[in-house]
Amino acid sequence: MTEAAVAEPPARSAPPGGGTVVRLSHVSKVFSNGTLALSDMSLVVVQGEFISLLGPSGCGKSTALRIIAGLGGVSSGTVDWPSSKINAHGLPEGDIGFVFQEPTLMPWATVFGNVFLPLRLRGVSKAIAAPQIMAALGEVGLADFAKAYPRELSGGMKMRVSIARALVTKPKLLLMDEPFAALDEITRQKLNDDVRRLWRNTGVTVIFVTHSVFESAYLSNRIVVMRARPGQVYADMPIVTSGARDALYRASEEYRSICFDVSQTLQDAIHVGGGTH
Amino acid sequence: MSNAVPATAGQDEAGTDSAVAVLLPRATRQEKLLRVVIPIATVLVVVLAWQAIVSINHIPKYILPGPVDVGVAMSTDWPILLPALWVTLQITVSALILALLGGVAIAVLLVQSRWIELAVYPLTVILQVTPIVAIAPLLLIYAPNTQVALLICAFLVAFFPILSNMVQGLKSVDHNLLNLFDLYGASRWQQLIFLKLPAALPYFMAGLKIGGGLALIAAVVAEFAAGSSGAGSGLAFRLLEAQYRLNIPRLFAALLLLSLTGVAIFGVTTLISWLSLRKWHESAVRREN
Repeated sequence: MTEAAVAEPPARSAPPGGGTVVRLSHVSKVFSNGTLALSDMSLVVVQGEFISLLGPSGCGKSTALRIIAGLGGVSSGTVDWPSSKINAHGLPEGDIGFVFQEPTLMPWATVFGNVFLPLRLRGVSKAIAAPQIMAALGEVGLADFAKAYPRELSGGMKMRVSIARALVTKPKLLLMDEPFAALDEITRQKLNDDVRRLWRNTGVTVIFVTHSVFESAYLSNRIVVMRARPGQVYADMPIVTSGARDALYRASEEYRSICFDVSQTLQDAIHVGGGTH
Repeated sequence: MSNAVPATAGQDEAGTDSAVAVLLPRATRQEKLLRVVIPIATVLVVVLAWQAIVSINHIPKYILPGPVDVGVAMSTDWPILLPALWVTLQITVSALILALLGGVAIAVLLVQSRWIELAVYPLTVILQVTPIVAIAPLLLIYAPNTQVALLICAFLVAFFPILSNMVQGLKSVDHNLLNLFDLYGASRWQQLIFLKLPAALPYFMAGLKIGGGLALIAAVVAEFAAGSSGAGSGLAFRLLEAQYRLNIPRLFAALLLLSLTGVAIFGVTTLISWLSLRKWHESAVRREN
């Protein structure tokens, strides 16, 4: 969190050296067709981190994210939540927000209705939820679009709704599975800035799955590079920058050199795993 | 680092994606008028041509009555035709309502468990591929009276398209949305109410439109098959009766009533479908391109 101390205000609820949010120990995952998606993967996620899972196709980064979210169990190994209350499904109650690769909105519900969903499923009444929903929509700049239907929104706006829905429960951990892969570059950069800002403002811990070296180097303070066949952690790189992450940073020598290092590591990971990119 | 998102962030992006839906501007007044006038004019032309052919060729009305003869028959035979229409309408509508309730309920039951589906599937196929009208004589034996037999017949015909559409709809829920519901610990009940039923709505509406039309057809054909007769009979009996008596104008009048009933059912089901889907479903949304 060096960069925070220098240029950006410290994230609100991330204590220095915060506790462990989730710990994967020697996790393996074999799919029913025999594919070994993950092999002996271990990862400790500390509160307040912004981690990118970076790797070639088929390295199991999305599988790892889904396992953390409780969508599909492990074949061996354990997933621990040291600081959360665990519910009947073995998941931390209400502590996870998930943003899929697609916006995954309900087309029959308005933007408001979509963001209301997580609270509604918990039995929160509309009247009580409304201020929280409007606050979440405000955070992503869509307060004026509460009554719109998803089909009336652009791809970027739909993704913002998806992010608002993930944040409305004020989760400890935000999981994002290549959320911006389908967006154009301008929208993608804008959303990168917004996610970064949301992370700072809310103190939520983020695990962000991406293909993009540039995106991971821009967003994260830790990049976990994964290799394929079998999927496991290849390198764990802390990303410490001296200034704020903004347009200036994108153009800086520092960003370039970080991208270069990450790119080299990724190349090595691909080489080792014989993966395709 | 900008810490504030401009309030218009969403609007800025609206232009960057071709998937932005644009509602068509309202049709001009003239266009609206033409939309009503053209179909009416077409029907009018056909009716006039019909009358002209009959008049010019002096076709007797026991062979082909003109529209005027049909109109006269409609008004003089109204006391006979109206109760018959009412009977047919009752059978059609009650069969449709029962088919909707039954179709949805059984579809929901089927998708709850793979085992139930596996068990019931062969039965549904057998019943679906058997021409239902062919079991009408059997129904006449078992049913307490003809009306009930007709109702069962019309119900069976309307029921299957609704059931199969509904099963299809309940199964075509976005996989990621199901994951999302799991993630938030949704109960089966919540999943059904908030996800599966709304997702199945367009399929239900398709089933409703098909089922509505089929219910009327079945009500008529079943009555032919049942050979019902007498005061409590529907329009199908009046059709046959008019045929036996060579009262062709009345036959045409009864036919006209049936086709008007069909049009009305089509109109009502289409309206219901449009009202419930217009805000979000592609089928009901108008786009500029």
